[in-house]
Amino acid sequence: MKYLFYPGCSLHSTSSAYLDSLYAIQEKLGFEFAEVEDWNCCGANEYVALHRIPAYALIARNLALAEQQQNGAQTLVAACSACYLNLAKTAKYMGTDKELNARVNDALAAGGMHYTPGSVEVRHILDLMCNKLGACKVKKLVERPLTGLRVAPYYGCMVLRPDPDKRWRDPESPTALEDLILATGAELVEFPLRTHCCSGHMPQINTETSMELIRRLVEGAVKSGADLLITTCPLCQLNIDGYQHEMNKYFKTNYAMPILFFTQLIGLAFGLSPESLGVGKEITSAAPALARIGVKVETEPAAHKRPPKEQGLPMPRMPEIYGEDL
Amino acid sequence: MVPSSPVPQNSIGKASPPPSTPPPQASILDFFRAISPGLPQIEFCIQCGSCGGSCPAATLLDHTPRRLFALIRAGEIEEVLQSNTPWYCVSCYFCMVRCPQEIHITDLMYGLKTLAYQRGYTHNNKATHLSTTFAGYIERNGRAFELGIASRHYLRHPPADLIETARMGAGMFFKGRLKLVPEKIKGVAQLQKILGRAKELETPL
Repeated sequence: MKYLFYPGCSLHSTSSAYLDSLYAIQEKLGFEFAEVEDWNCCGANEYVALHRIPAYALIARNLALAEQQQNGAQTLVAACSACYLNLAKTAKYMGTDKELNARVNDALAAGGMHYTPGSVEVRHILDLMCNKLGACKVKKLVERPLTGLRVAPYYGCMVLRPDPDKRWRDPESPTALEDLILATGAELVEFPLRTHCCSGHMPQINTETSMELIRRLVEGAVKSGADLLITTCPLCQLNIDGYQHEMNKYFKTNYAMPILFFTQLIGLAFGLSPESLGVGKEITSAAPALARIGVKVETEPAAHKRPPKEQGLPMPRMPEIYGEDL
Repeated sequence: MVPSSPVPQNSIGKASPPPSTPPPQASILDFFRAISPGLPQIEFCIQCGSCGGSCPAATLLDHTPRRLFALIRAGEIEEVLQSNTPWYCVSCYFCMVRCPQEIHITDLMYGLKTLAYQRGYTHNNKATHLSTTFAGYIERNGRAFELGIASRHYLRHPPADLIETARMGAGMFFKGRLKLVPEKIKGVAQLQKILGRAKELETPL
């Protein structure tokens, strides 16, 4: 099945593992992703904070490109939660708000483009995998069941909420990732904070809040007994993975909770090599967790690290003041 | 008994705008309808407080969304524009799905940010600066550039823990997750034309 694919900026840089794993599993799932040519950034939550019509025009340029490019494919698939929501919301609002549609198309015309509302259907990759393909289909394709691996699902916000096209039954107690975890043969761990906020862009704005929100998630996952978390969103992955060390320092804790993309977990269950799925790119290593089920992750050769000296400098011997004799 | 002060005080003790220029209430509601597409339905707010109770950044807010809506109804537009609430919104959409009146709270927060920015209320510099830095890269290259955005932002507002931030940046770089050169789209000129025209079409706020 052909789909147009909007990767978004994160998948080309900070979350390249998501892109690697998605491309690695697409053939087996029967998907054929064609990247929208010359796509531009969706503006995340930042551009829409400063402008209104330009923010919608920025997003609508991608929709217009997708409309031009569609050859048989009617569905535009996004992997990043923020990209998905921006595209879906713009497509919806342009359809319902005639004045907005007129203005955005007026702006697009300045670049020789046009978007007809309704010509492209926007879906998230998780929605596609669970609601179109189905977790049972994924289960049939599993070659190496991840038996014994305790996995907790983490959705983040924008795939489920506000759900402009009503793709999910309940935005607060979803079951999509749970179904996929069970399909891979892994053990499902109940994680009550699975739809809570990862703090978004807060690490750049307010350290206190972001650290607290990250702590809740990491501590919650550790206490629920999970080996690793899986997520659908590049920013959630970055916040929980990249800022975990800073969070540990901030709260004087010592947690190590790896977080992978759900596509990586599915790829592992399909028997693909961890390297081809981008496993190992995470900062909080998933290697110890995966070693439990016999998946070996090649850790990078630490070439940039200074080799330890064979013998240290001779240190003066300190008298043992608090020895047993006292 | 509390002695009456010459300047009318509102609940948080800031001076209210002079009573001679009260903005008419209907126009305020029209105005918010205009800045947020869809159905903001702000007039339907029943003041239940589900929004503030669901907010992950609630401890930082000077007004919860519920109070903001009450202030808008009361015509306290100045107080609303000075509030830090929209700038601390993390766009988690919990308030929006939990609102019994289905008010598009998160979208209204974007609208309020736009309004405050365009009218020159940049009280919370960090959040505004992050947005402007981000926007600058998009307008120049068509795509975001994490290293540039982060370094520019941190030059303006040094991170709380510089060593940790540098450590994380280095970690990201060695894992191949940080690009050193920005990606640029082919149609930058076209995008700039579109955005230029869109800015002309923006309703003056």
